[in-house]
Amino acid sequence: MKNAAGREIPGSIPGYKEFTPYAGPFVTHPTVRKAGPVLKAVYPGADKVVKTLDEAIEASGLKDGMTISFHHAFRNGDYVINQVVAAIARKGIKGLTIAPSSFLDTNDELIPYFEQGVLVAAQTSGLRNKLGQFLTTNKLTKPVVIRSHGGRVRAIESGELKIDVAFLAAPTCDIYGNINGVDGPAACGSMGYAMVDARLADTVVAITDNLVEGPICPVSIPQHQVDYVLKVDCVGDPKGISTGALRITSNPRDLVIAKYAAKVIEHAGYFKEGFGMQLGAGAASVAAGKYLRDTMLREKIAASFAIGGIVGPFCDLLDEGLIGTLFDVQSFDSRTIESIKNNPRHQEYDCTFYANPWNKGPMVNRLDYVVLGATEVDVNFNVNVMTDSNGIMMGALGGHPDASAGAKCTIICAPLMRGRLPMVTDAVQTISTPGETIDVIVTDRGVAVNPLRQDLMENLKGSGLPLFSIEELKKMAYELGGTPKPVPVSDEIMGVVEYRDGSVLDLIRRPM
Amino acid sequence: MKKDKLRRAMMFVPGNNPNMLQNSGIYGADSLIFDLEDTVSIPEKDSAPYLVAGVIKHVKFPCEVGVRINHLSTPWGRTDLETVLPSKPDFIRLPKAESAEEIKMIDEIISEVEYKCGFEPGSIELMAAIESPKGLRNAYEIATASPRMMGIAIGGEDFSTSLKTGKSLSGRELFVARSMVVFAAREADVFALDSVFSDIRDEETFTQEVIQAKEMGFDGKSCVNPKQVEIIYKIFTPSQKEIDHAHRVLEAYNEALEKKHGVISMNGKMIDAPMIIRAERVLANATAAGVYKREE
Repeated sequence: MKNAAGREIPGSIPGYKEFTPYAGPFVTHPTVRKAGPVLKAVYPGADKVVKTLDEAIEASGLKDGMTISFHHAFRNGDYVINQVVAAIARKGIKGLTIAPSSFLDTNDELIPYFEQGVLVAAQTSGLRNKLGQFLTTNKLTKPVVIRSHGGRVRAIESGELKIDVAFLAAPTCDIYGNINGVDGPAACGSMGYAMVDARLADTVVAITDNLVEGPICPVSIPQHQVDYVLKVDCVGDPKGISTGALRITSNPRDLVIAKYAAKVIEHAGYFKEGFGMQLGAGAASVAAGKYLRDTMLREKIAASFAIGGIVGPFCDLLDEGLIGTLFDVQSFDSRTIESIKNNPRHQEYDCTFYANPWNKGPMVNRLDYVVLGATEVDVNFNVNVMTDSNGIMMGALGGHPDASAGAKCTIICAPLMRGRLPMVTDAVQTISTPGETIDVIVTDRGVAVNPLRQDLMENLKGSGLPLFSIEELKKMAYELGGTPKPVPVSDEIMGVVEYRDGSVLDLIRRPM
Repeated sequence: MKKDKLRRAMMFVPGNNPNMLQNSGIYGADSLIFDLEDTVSIPEKDSAPYLVAGVIKHVKFPCEVGVRINHLSTPWGRTDLETVLPSKPDFIRLPKAESAEEIKMIDEIISEVEYKCGFEPGSIELMAAIESPKGLRNAYEIATASPRMMGIAIGGEDFSTSLKTGKSLSGRELFVARSMVVFAAREADVFALDSVFSDIRDEETFTQEVIQAKEMGFDGKSCVNPKQVEIIYKIFTPSQKEIDHAHRVLEAYNEALEKKHGVISMNGKMIDAPMIIRAERVLANATAAGVYKREE
């Protein structure tokens, strides 16, 4: 049958849960009690510190067929995920499901463990590089489950994704398991993703290269959630964790898009004192912040809060008083790490607080604006951030569907063309965020407003923005690049893209 | 000279870069110049005109598009013209112009192609860059050598080299030449365009150059990067203050005409004919730039 996003979804998918097809952004509701980890007691005198990774794995009780998790706040500087999986493989444990908050470029090293059957299933927000290529073209026993950040927490809290052992890279950890992300050689800032796994996994192993007696301060993950503490030589490469202070792009095309996006914010109707925003970490979104700053100063309007993954330029806005509070689930650069450590109005928060659709109200619900990127969009305003022009998994949902559902005005930035390829098309390869939650598409050649939002259309009329219908933008793109041929795919389902409520939004089939 | 046309920013785009050519229309430049001369290396001289012709033919641009050809004395100049003209660029820019004869030769070639392709005669315009003392001496003749001529520009790098000096940050070595180009353009009633400034990181010196160009009477400036377009517009587009002032001048003038006053004054200052001409020009430019709407 066709789901509400117009995608053909079979009644059942081998290796995947019983499911409902996507029916709309706020249609599927929770019906279960919150799931929790097994209760444990640690008594006075207990020693949580283990000496080797082998010992940690043994102590964790990890067995064939279990589910392990990791956080991705170390980005491409992460040394933990590959090290742990290699150690698990050496111990002969097999048939594991790996469910990190996301995979990154460095995780190409995991491919052999999938081939050997150490890992047999994957659940993640994103896939990149060779691992993405591998998992799009090599069938596991189960399809890869792709979830948004909010959707992942929902899955864990609803009991759909049960994590047996979470191996959490910890920039600083004390001997009783208190963790923070702001101290130590591999400081990564916010521990927002890891906080979820620490709270909800049955067993939590903290892995650190900065083990201290403690208790440490501040504490992001408290000791009562942590079973074991392991000291290793190095948990990550600071150069890969943060790339220094993030600089605003000088790419003139991104700047054009950013300028239009800032203008949309100014005129769409919610640009008022105390508004709330999220700006993605993509080049155009970050640069939009630069232009928005000029507008905020000119109009004497400040935001009460900003959320999402945070980058340095937003910390500058915080310091200037143009943002009241930053809520930070992931810190992208050194400037942000320094800010979250020192500025009390720069608050660390976890991913359920940020984006979980099934709690008593995540921060995304309070957004007036979110500015996000896209690999491609279509005439129904659907966005793809997951697969490339060959149908290969190479992106991440991240908080995209969550913030889009929550915000009063969701703005998507994308160039009209990438090289010779149109980025506004008849139908995106994979729907990662449904069009009914997208309000404005901003390209370098024009801006299109979702016809569902006549109010925005009216507000933007006098803005001086180059407004077109989405069909006109598509026509412009097709005139330049020709009509793209659909990627031929087989019937084999390699990935399931879940909407944040756990319904099935789209399927990723093996390209032929 | 067309009074309703603005040529504040003429942006050069390398004629061998498909991506840059394809996207060059998004930056709001008044004119684009697809370059076949300095930015195209010798091994690519043969293919670039085909690429440029293809882009002009198939991509819609929101502004006028010209082509800077190689000089006719080079092995590529004539082929450039023959290859790009059938795609109907809005104008051809000749570098290193030194005489009216060169302009006449190009005019003839354009006329032939216009006839062959069925284009309206005279619809492809011409402009020339003055880049040597000889060219400067003949600037007026060059500017009036063909009815197609719509503008002359100064090429600062080559000109300062021909003076046996280099282009300084202050640009004082070019002051006289810049002025003479403006004089010739005004006498010939064509556009006057200032030279490019190639250090795109040095926005401060670039801004100073743009201010100077405006003060000297240029209609606009050639540029090499979209960032520079924005700076040029900031300076060449009349500000609200200038528009308001022009408005008041013209109001005082019209009121005086109605009341048949001989001497016109505004805030105690006498308004004379040049002030009125300037005020009209400010409003014309502001209208063309879309920052002012005349009341019916």
